[in-house]
Formats: sequence, structure tokens, C-alpha cells
Amino acid sequence: MKARVTVTLKTGILDPQGKAIEGALKSLGVDGVASVRQGKVFDIELAGADKAKAEAALKQAADKLLANTVIENYRVELL
Amino acid sequence: MKAAILVFPGINRERDMARALKLISGREPAMVWHAETALPAGTDLVVVPGGFSYGDYLRCGAIAARAPVMDAVRDYAAKGGLVLGVCNGFQILCESGLLPGVLMRNAGLKFICRDVHLRVERSDSPFTRGYNAGQVIRVPVAHGEGNYEADEETINRLEGEGRVLYRYCSAAGEVDDFNNINGAAHSIAGIVNDRGNVLGMMPHPENHVEDIMGCTDGRGLFAGLVQHLEKAA
Repeated sequence: MKARVTVTLKTGILDPQGKAIEGALKSLGVDGVASVRQGKVFDIELAGADKAKAEAALKQAADKLLANTVIENYRVELL
Repeated sequence: MKAAILVFPGINRERDMARALKLISGREPAMVWHAETALPAGTDLVVVPGGFSYGDYLRCGAIAARAPVMDAVRDYAAKGGLVLGVCNGFQILCESGLLPGVLMRNAGLKFICRDVHLRVERSDSPFTRGYNAGQVIRVPVAHGEGNYEADEETINRLEGEGRVLYRYCSAAGEVDDFNNINGAAHSIAGIVNDRGNVLGMMPHPENHVEDIMGCTDGRGLFAGLVQHLEKAA
């Protein structure tokens, strides 16, 4: 089973990297970019086939390591 | 002073720290590998040194914070033991939950490697008793992620409880945006936990302890710890 965990910065947390990318896009002439926030994507392959177990394991992975919940939110998807 | 320095893969400031501790306390610190599950008996001070543990993968300090030895450090800190985290060590302490907040990318996006001035905010902590309150010291920084951030409530609590021990400032001690090298909230360079026994700081006091380094302003931190432990003994 394949899964994806997406980690994004919480609203209100300053994101200097996102700001720099936003500036670069503007200087490249890409129109209509209002703002950019950078995040992370983890593609994870799971050994079992039990969906509920997989979701629980992914949530644990995100809470314990993949995200710093002080500044980041995460979303778990089974693909 | 029986110090224990934690060693993670990718750490590179542990030898500087060991040299400074030996020089000032007269005793060789123990080097403790990250896979250990206990600290040496009678440890007076745990030091989490600087460097790039696990190549800064995922987030700075994130993987080191989950190493087996950190459970022992958490127990040690819960019993009131002294813990000092410098640079990557500060990031590891934040990631491990021993200190609040997080160290974000420097506001200017650049890695900063130079001397900075710090204002010592109080002198009644084990980590500052070698200095006077308001004293300005010069120590080096070397980091790309030193921009301390926390939610407003946490920052207000840190300030209200006097837990900001070191702040970036000018040579004359002025705290302003210009001297806030990495954009940290309230120019924070170092904070302690609610019990006051765990300090995290971005600058490297261990690199200003000998005349040959051109400055010895960092000695006070370690000398103060030695004094504190002697008094407690």
C-alpha cells in the first residue's frame, strides 16, 4: 500500500524560503503569484494491507518525527 | 565537574566543547554515543554540542532528538540535572521537547559565521553566574537555522519568567533589529526551560575560552557552572 504524508507550515509562521521562492518566481516573470509557502512530501510504502492500521502508523510517524507540530501541520493520504 | 558530551553522527563541535570543559573544569568530559541508553553515573552536566547531526536531514536536530540517549537526558533533566545545548544542540533540545519553540531558517537566508555580541540578561542562573547582569560578551556564531520562533503565548511566558538569558546586541549592549543577526523573536540567543536547568543557545561560548582564540568571553559560562556545582556540593 502506498501513502503520502504532506507537511506544511502553519499559518502565521514566517517562511523565509517560501518568500525567496516567491521573489524568484516574480523575477522570472511568472505572473499572478500572490505568495509561496514551502512544505515537504513523504511518499511511504507500507507493508500490510490493513487501511486502519496504516493510517494509525502514518499518524504516529507524522506526530513523532515527520512534522514538528509546533510549527507544522500534516495530512495523511492513502493512495 | 563531571560533564558528559553527547555524540551524534554529523556533530562536529564536540572536541571544541571537550577542550573548553577540560580547560575550565580541570576534568576530561565523558563522550557519550547517541545509542547509549544511560548517562555515566554522577554526571553533573550534559552537553549537546554543535554540528550537523544527521546532516540536518528532515529538520535540524529532528533525528538526533529521537536518539536513545535522549530518553536518558529527559530523565536526567526531569530530576533537575543541568543540560547545555549549543547551536545544533539547541535545535536538538527544541526538537526533543526539552525547550519550547523552534529554530527556523535565518531571516536573511544566509549561513552566518562570525563573532556577535550577546547581552547577559541575568546573573542568577547556573548558566550565567560567571557574568554580571547586563554584561556584553563577544562569542562566535555559525548557523543557518538560528531564528528562534515560538507562539506569542510562549514568548510572553519566556519573557515574563525571565527565561531569556542571552540576547543578540551591539557592542554597547543595544538590542535592536540591526543587531538581531538571524531575525529571532525578541533577539533571543539563549533560553532556559521552566525549571531553569536546561539552556539552549545558538552562539558558541566554547570557542572563546583561550587567549589564542582572540577572546575569552565564553569562559564565564563554564566557570559559572563549575562554581554553581561546587556550591551545591
